[in-house]
Amino acid sequence: MPTVIVNNKPVEIGPTEKLNCIQVAQRAGDEIPSYCWHHDLSVVASCRMCLVEVGEKKPDGTIVMQPKLSPGCQTPVKDGMVVVSNSEKVLAAQKATLEYLLLNHPLDCPVCDQAGECGLQDYSYKYGRGYSRLQEPKNIKPDKDYIGDQITLFTDRCIMCTRCVRFTREISGTSELQVVSRGTHEEIDIFPGDPCNNKLAGNVVDLCPVGALCSKDFLYQQRVWWLKSKNSVCPGCSTGCSITVDQNEDVLYRLKPRENPQAQGSFMCDEGRFGWKYVHSDQRLTHPEQRSGGQTISKDWDAVLPALRSALKDAVLKNPSKLAVVISPWATVEEAYLLAKFAKQISPNTRLALGQVRVDGEDDLYPKDIHGKPALPTKFTIRAEKCPNRRGVEAVLKQIEGKVVPFSTILDQVGRGEIESLFILGGDPEGAVAAADVGKLDKLKLLVVQDLLVSPVTAKAQFVLAGSAWAEKEGTFVNHAGLAQAIYRGLRGPEGSRPDGRILMELLGRSGLFHASTLRQEIAGAIPELAALIVGDLGEDGVLLSAAGKAELQPVG
Amino acid sequence: MPIDPKDVEWVEEPPMNFWESTFLPAVFDGLRTTGNHVTDFHPVTEFYPEQKPNLPTQYRGVHRLNRDDKGRVKCVACMMCATACPAHCIDIVAQDAPKDDPDWADRDKFPKSFVIDELKCIYCGMCEEACPVDSIELTSIFDLVGLTRQEMMFDKEKLLSVFDQTKDSGKDPIRTHKGKLGHASDFTNLHTLGPATAVRLDDRAAKAESAGVIE
Repeated sequence: MPTVIVNNKPVEIGPTEKLNCIQVAQRAGDEIPSYCWHHDLSVVASCRMCLVEVGEKKPDGTIVMQPKLSPGCQTPVKDGMVVVSNSEKVLAAQKATLEYLLLNHPLDCPVCDQAGECGLQDYSYKYGRGYSRLQEPKNIKPDKDYIGDQITLFTDRCIMCTRCVRFTREISGTSELQVVSRGTHEEIDIFPGDPCNNKLAGNVVDLCPVGALCSKDFLYQQRVWWLKSKNSVCPGCSTGCSITVDQNEDVLYRLKPRENPQAQGSFMCDEGRFGWKYVHSDQRLTHPEQRSGGQTISKDWDAVLPALRSALKDAVLKNPSKLAVVISPWATVEEAYLLAKFAKQISPNTRLALGQVRVDGEDDLYPKDIHGKPALPTKFTIRAEKCPNRRGVEAVLKQIEGKVVPFSTILDQVGRGEIESLFILGGDPEGAVAAADVGKLDKLKLLVVQDLLVSPVTAKAQFVLAGSAWAEKEGTFVNHAGLAQAIYRGLRGPEGSRPDGRILMELLGRSGLFHASTLRQEIAGAIPELAALIVGDLGEDGVLLSAAGKAELQPVG
Repeated sequence: MPIDPKDVEWVEEPPMNFWESTFLPAVFDGLRTTGNHVTDFHPVTEFYPEQKPNLPTQYRGVHRLNRDDKGRVKCVACMMCATACPAHCIDIVAQDAPKDDPDWADRDKFPKSFVIDELKCIYCGMCEEACPVDSIELTSIFDLVGLTRQEMMFDKEKLLSVFDQTKDSGKDPIRTHKGKLGHASDFTNLHTLGPATAVRLDDRAAKAESAGVIE
């Protein structure tokens, strides 16, 4: 195996691996600071923060070092290479680089949104000199408030790492951002009238190591050190981007992509990034409700759930085969499993179906070429299927019902009077039933809806159960490629609503609390297609369903 | 664990002599103290509230929000005070400064609302320490009363009016006239900063007489 010596520590690398000094130092447990380098973008070696000493160990054992420092991001490693990142020479270079980067950087950290997660702050603290020798006035460039609908640029804070420029050129392919002027007059800018509004534009804010590019949506909302993060999965489409949910005092403030090579890479789209606002909608269901003839009978969980259970049992007694349960692809695997079990517990003849799968146009592939057509190789995909867990729910249905019945079939059967009672488990913020189809539900004698938002369907229902948004519950989503990822309860929902899993546990009459890991193991035993869930804890990157039977995490590349 | 009798030392009360056993010396001693009080014309009692106490200048009373020379609130809504506050009694909502107003060109952000719960506050002065623009200060006002809890939630206007009341009273002068974010951001008149953190002894700056001068 090729071996590289990093700060006197031997590091073995794979025979075909192409790594640079920064990556190999990471394996050795050492950090080489860098700004402009990002593993998904091309290398420009312009920030000079990653300068290291590089040398070679000759076959006779002598070590020959190169006289000059090399940028670690641009220097590939090979067998017998020596990398030194902690020598006096390197430390002095890091100090000098930081002093240079800070020359014109305004020290307005107190009002800067990036403070607390700022690369310049962190590295200045770790590697910098802590004071400036500059005696001249700083070079201040005017702010550009409109870089895009969601992006604002504080030009004076920019350190010209050009990560944002390379992102729009290489990942989104839309090339809106560029560097204008030269030398000390360099600025990030857009062509006049061509703002950075592509669907991946929000990522340039995450890529910016300093507070130059800021998200208008999050600007001045919170100081980042107050935010509490939980790992989650974006429910916006079936790509299932790994994200973090950042909240404070049960108010969601932002979603950020979390690097996951098995899911989406390092980025996420703006539809997902800014599409969570319904979580705090004033249309949220805030209490369960039992209605009869347009009159509210009860709004108390302790009364509604027993009433619901007996109403369903009555319906089955009258007509054993006229009850159907619809599970939305927005439900987690655990919820689908619990509800399917509940449906079969009421009556083995209950029909199970998959809820409405919203498809919006076609898959949106990035990068784009100059004509807006997708260019190869594809680096990011926004999928047309706008739901997070169709595959997971289908797996449950295939096992317990034997087939996957689409929602349209159920609607037809309702129209023909073959179904008189319907339980809909929703979760889709656009509504569990398309607006055009709501009228078809008029024939039902009993409609139960467990959902998130008030909708025409919940208005019709005899029983409304106030469920939770994806950020408020634990569970598993299976994305388009069969990657099962865990979502966690990042915040509490409105008072009176309950996590869906808890509602279903109570309906099912199970004792104990909803615990996703334990349920996952039970599901793995019951459903062969989901056998990979046997690990219980899916880890940060999730588990591929194709890895069934292996009780270990997939290696991460 | 019981105490070992060896460790116990018994102290006997000294026996009283003849005069002491009459108790007369103790009685006269007491009468002398009373007599001293009768003839003392420098009483320690203060006639509060007719006579206000003379508080030290560093006394930590009710907060105020300072104004800058343009009369705007000096606060930049950085929320350092809310972060530093151990009682979590400061609540700030920030807003971006009006972009098209030239008067606000030098500011990125200002507090839309700034509320201090004076009842929750423990008057530790951490907010004053944390403020990078010397906007929040504690005044010498200590006799704060209110009829409702809501009255004791001081909002931005009330905190600014405390500034207007106290700035000329002599007790709480405006202490600093720094730039918008202190020296560091005062671009036109930037002084070289001394080392803010530890510097190695062999560093050139450590040996320099005034920090930042290149030999």
